[in-house]
Amino acid sequence: MNSSVKHSNPAAMVTADGVPLKVSLSRAKRKNKIRALLLVTPLFLFILVTFFIPIASMLLRSVDNEVVEETLHRTVPMLQGWDQTGDVIPDETVFAALHKDFVDGYRDKTIGSPGRRLNYEKPGFSSLFRKTARNSKKFEPPYQAAFIKADEKWGDINYWRVLKRESAATTDSYYMTALDYEYTDLGVRVAKADDQSIYVQLFGRTFWLSFVITSICLVLAFPISYLLSILPAKSSNLLMILVLLPFWTSLLVRTSAWIALLQQQGVINDILVSVGFLADDNRLAMIHNQAGTIIAMVHVLLPFMVLPLYSVMKTIPKSYMRAARSLGANPFTAFVRVYLPGTIPGIGAGSILVFIISIGYYITPALVGGQSGTLISNFIAYHLQSSLNWGLAAALGAILLVAVFALYILYDKIVGIDNMKLG
Amino acid sequence: MAIPSYAGKLEITWYYAFRIICGIILFFLIAPIVVIIPLSFNADPYFTFSEEMLSLDPAGFSLRWYEDFFSDRNWQGAVKNSFIIAIFSTMISVTLGTIAALGLSRSEMPYKTLVMGILISPMIVPLIISAAGMFFFYTEIGLASTHLGVILAHAALATPFVVITVTATLVGFDQSLTRASATLGASPTTTFFRVIVPLILPGVISGGLFAFVTSFDEVVVVKFVGSYEQRTIPWAMFSGIREQISPTILAVATLLVIFSICLLTVVELLRRRNERQRGLSPA
Repeated sequence: MNSSVKHSNPAAMVTADGVPLKVSLSRAKRKNKIRALLLVTPLFLFILVTFFIPIASMLLRSVDNEVVEETLHRTVPMLQGWDQTGDVIPDETVFAALHKDFVDGYRDKTIGSPGRRLNYEKPGFSSLFRKTARNSKKFEPPYQAAFIKADEKWGDINYWRVLKRESAATTDSYYMTALDYEYTDLGVRVAKADDQSIYVQLFGRTFWLSFVITSICLVLAFPISYLLSILPAKSSNLLMILVLLPFWTSLLVRTSAWIALLQQQGVINDILVSVGFLADDNRLAMIHNQAGTIIAMVHVLLPFMVLPLYSVMKTIPKSYMRAARSLGANPFTAFVRVYLPGTIPGIGAGSILVFIISIGYYITPALVGGQSGTLISNFIAYHLQSSLNWGLAAALGAILLVAVFALYILYDKIVGIDNMKLG
Repeated sequence: MAIPSYAGKLEITWYYAFRIICGIILFFLIAPIVVIIPLSFNADPYFTFSEEMLSLDPAGFSLRWYEDFFSDRNWQGAVKNSFIIAIFSTMISVTLGTIAALGLSRSEMPYKTLVMGILISPMIVPLIISAAGMFFFYTEIGLASTHLGVILAHAALATPFVVITVTATLVGFDQSLTRASATLGASPTTTFFRVIVPLILPGVISGGLFAFVTSFDEVVVVKFVGSYEQRTIPWAMFSGIREQISPTILAVATLLVIFSICLLTVVELLRRRNERQRGLSPA
């Protein structure tokens, strides 16, 4: 650079070893920068391997479709030349390739996977593949006739259209399912009929319940945070324990407590019956439905609303309200026009935090939510563990993750990630 | 705050009404936790108070659910696993998290918000997504259904808590102390252990407690990454609630409440110590 020019300039400041001060400083600065980065590197690498790579590779399953192409590796290239918009099924050469793929696939026990994969797109594929594979060894040319004789679905052009469409290495069909769209046999995207659309409704319900839970938390947290912020330190510390104890208590403990309280033979119903408020045969159903999810989740998440609200309210000087009153505002006006605007950062921080936690919640809805109180996380778990439709689970997870990250960025804009505090 | 002398009748009414409302909300927060304690001494296998219990008849109370807990191999295995997994994952997350927090608090740290955002994202990502990703990946590399796999998974989930608490402690940290130590001839290692560590210790410990609780209370990831051999207390409670619900769960819950009271006490003492040290009045 021009350091030599500077060096020759007698006015430039120079360090003891003759290097211009500016160069020396920027060198030291760079060194410090690298040192700071080096300190962060171990943790970064650790969560990269244990956390980010696992999640990224799981999300890739939402578009991954290699199983069809891999197992039917002879048939798929042959299908390129076949016109799926016509009304003729593929010719003998394709069927001959298909025969070889089936014989190999049956021998290697791999033929079931593309069948299961295609079954998500068109029911019937799974049994078609299993049935055909069992007999494929005995097939004699002409193969077209042999296949159709084994199962007449091979003569149905719509099965071939789906097979060709889903033979690419990637697919968007999991996302289509997750957003309640589907392909017609000809490959046109259409919205599913209302009675068959599950997931948009489920996302809607998840967002709606999270909104309700966040609102209830806000309404309940506001008065107690205010009380905590105006009481003298001694009594507010004591009351703070009532907020912090639930915060530190195991989630499973709190959830089982709510089961003990809310179930039909539980404490609350027993009390209501014994005081004559309810008939014994008319006990309230407060659990295994939406009410159960809302009550238990509000209880679990309330401390997450109280803590940020409290820390903001603590910083609002009491003199503001007194000033407003002395200027003639009535208590209500003083509260709405002076106090409330000051608490907005706390309201924002608490609400976004509670909302982020609610939309991804799994445990409490799984235990007390029943049918109507389950959220999107519970469906992801269902597809992972029971239906084994991992692609769909990944697609639903990816959509949920996008929503969470949008809120996370919003949180950063409002509160600042480096201002996040615990307890 | 006392009622101001200029308050009208309406304001006095509101003053008391407000306190009653707050009382009800605080009751809602604490009651479920308090209720399970007497319920766990129920002599009958129900989740509600029996008539004997309400009339304080000793026959209505028993320690059978505690006996059940302490004699059951399923539960004892869960307790052992919970502690092993939580202790080791806490050690990993405290070490990595503290070092990272030291880097993050340096004024020279480039892209601070971005780096912080990345490092604490394990706390934000819904657990079911983390659990699913870890399940597939750890299965591929042979870490699924091992203690090590669950420990690493929990350490990843717990590091954000350490990063946040230690960074918060370092906000009040006077960087000239390290320079002073260096000019007095201390090596960076000596400075770290004799100057930095004693000052940030409260933050490190409370971060460690957060990390411990995160692992100790976590159930989704254990259920996906681990198997019966790695069952923890929450794992056993979760399947207990789903399968054969017995008041043993309430006995376990009571013991866990006592455990969390101890943790809360330690955290509160540390927080106050930290605030005193930094010259702030205890909140």
